[in-house]
Amino acid sequence: MLTYLVRRATMAVVVMMIVSVICFVLSNVAYDPAVGIAGAQATDEDVALIRKTYGFDRPLVVRFVEYLGNIATGDLGTSYLSKRPVIEMILERLPVTALLAVLSMALALLIALPLGSAAALWPNTIIDRFVQLLAVAGQAIPNFWAGLLLIVVFGVQLRWLPISGSTTYAHFVMPAITLGTFAMPPLMRLVRAGMIEVLASDYIRTARAMGIRPFQLTFKYALKNAVLPVISLSAVQLGFMLGGSIVVESIFALNGVGYLAWQSMTRSDMPVIQAIVLMISMIYIVLTLLADLLNAYMDPRLRGSRK
Amino acid sequence: MTSQASVSTVEVAEEPIVKRLGFWQKALAHRTFVFSGIILLAITLVAIFAPLIAPFDPYFQDIASRLKPPFWHDTTVAEHLLGTDQLGRDYLSRLIYGARISMAIAVAATLMSAIIGITLGLVAGYFGGWIDTAISTVITTRLSMPIILIALAVVAIVGPSLTVVIVVLGLLLWDQFAVVTRVATQQVCARDYVTAARVLGSSLPHILFKEILPNIRAPLMVVATVEMAQAVLLEAALSFLGLGVQAPLPSWGLMLSEAKTSMFFSPWLIVLPGSCLFVLALAINLMGDAMRDLTAGGRG
Repeated sequence: MLTYLVRRATMAVVVMMIVSVICFVLSNVAYDPAVGIAGAQATDEDVALIRKTYGFDRPLVVRFVEYLGNIATGDLGTSYLSKRPVIEMILERLPVTALLAVLSMALALLIALPLGSAAALWPNTIIDRFVQLLAVAGQAIPNFWAGLLLIVVFGVQLRWLPISGSTTYAHFVMPAITLGTFAMPPLMRLVRAGMIEVLASDYIRTARAMGIRPFQLTFKYALKNAVLPVISLSAVQLGFMLGGSIVVESIFALNGVGYLAWQSMTRSDMPVIQAIVLMISMIYIVLTLLADLLNAYMDPRLRGSRK
Repeated sequence: MTSQASVSTVEVAEEPIVKRLGFWQKALAHRTFVFSGIILLAITLVAIFAPLIAPFDPYFQDIASRLKPPFWHDTTVAEHLLGTDQLGRDYLSRLIYGARISMAIAVAATLMSAIIGITLGLVAGYFGGWIDTAISTVITTRLSMPIILIALAVVAIVGPSLTVVIVVLGLLLWDQFAVVTRVATQQVCARDYVTAARVLGSSLPHILFKEILPNIRAPLMVVATVEMAQAVLLEAALSFLGLGVQAPLPSWGLMLSEAKTSMFFSPWLIVLPGSCLFVLALAINLMGDAMRDLTAGGRG
């Protein structure tokens, strides 16, 4: 267990390092920060002056070390446009995105767990077909299009829900459905596959022979084991949602991190873009690390053998 | 991270593939394969022969007949079967040309990512050791950065265009190719025919691309469909957000974005391109499922 933990954590740290190099390259090599600060109207002299004052003329290695130091102390730079610390701007909006991600995840699981189990209990029946169709359709539907359709139907025609903003919980209903649809199919497939495998195993057969009621058998004995891989996929999906939120938030004008990212991209506000990429990647790395460790902890067979 | 990269075994050929007739016989009896195959064939033909099929020039603006509804409305104009957009351009023609853009991007981006991913996977799986560790780290890094965010960030720096979208997606969608190729190569490497080729003194490229690759192509075809569907949807999302294909090109995603402002009064403007995207992505995914079915076990 310890060797696995150490190896897995080392990998995470190495990946974090590479991600920060990429973010540095994105914001300092691929893009000239002096031009960004000077703005579009600046003359070449202005840019040269800024390059000198801000120290952008120093070697890249020196600047990268400084960049790492800044990240470590929580300084992710300053926005070119609002001139505010980027970390403040992100933290302000993180709760909205986090709430959206959690709600979408809950919704996706609420659909995936019962339907996936049902499909596994009655494989190759009409129920199974329906579930598989739902998974394929959910995977193919462009999520921004789903969002637009929801707006037209429930926001405009029926007037049930508000179509933009993030002030009340009602504002989160349609975005959560949109993002949840995106996360649901792989979860549902995994629940189905896991349940089919578990239901065919010896201990379930034994339990069934001992006369345990089917309902109890399914939800108490089988689901508990089938859910293991679902946990780690959920963590991965939660990370994906942070990325996917950029599309959904910009449709519904939810004032979260994704919306901020999109606004910054259309205005080339590099420090903000770079910081969001860095932050979301870091969150994702931590989430998958936790998921893998949790998995290893819950399934003792994984502790030794896993590479 | 194992969660994403944890394909522990994949279906690979037990024996070098000699006969292929069996595949087509089984495929044509497979309902999903036939169904999705027909849709994909139709969309491909429409994309290739767009200039012959489209009733109008997709760029021709007729301000006098803007936002005309499609044929199922009473107020429709007979010559515009699916109505016109906010600039009076024939919507059917734009949708037909849109198929070209989606298909071109899907095929080109998938091809590019296949080359990158398969090469990385073959090298990692064949050599093992520190090379494998290094490549696995690269794969893990790629997996930990959300595609849509990176794609948008890069496009924001480089500036949006069709070529940029293809290259960016091609550089981002290789991860599953690499993951699957790596595991499949590891499995195949232990087989006798690979050892035989090695003993016979075959060159490294020969072993990798002539001995190993043909025998792991079944799972790779499935990955290719998944990535193609991804590429279609990502292009649409990028274009929708204004950082993909640029106007006046008729990309389905861009058409959705342009229709956003008039969607409340002219809902067909978003229903039509979205349905096209949905059908294309659905057909590609179904094709992938069918191929997974056809290539798994019971190989003739």
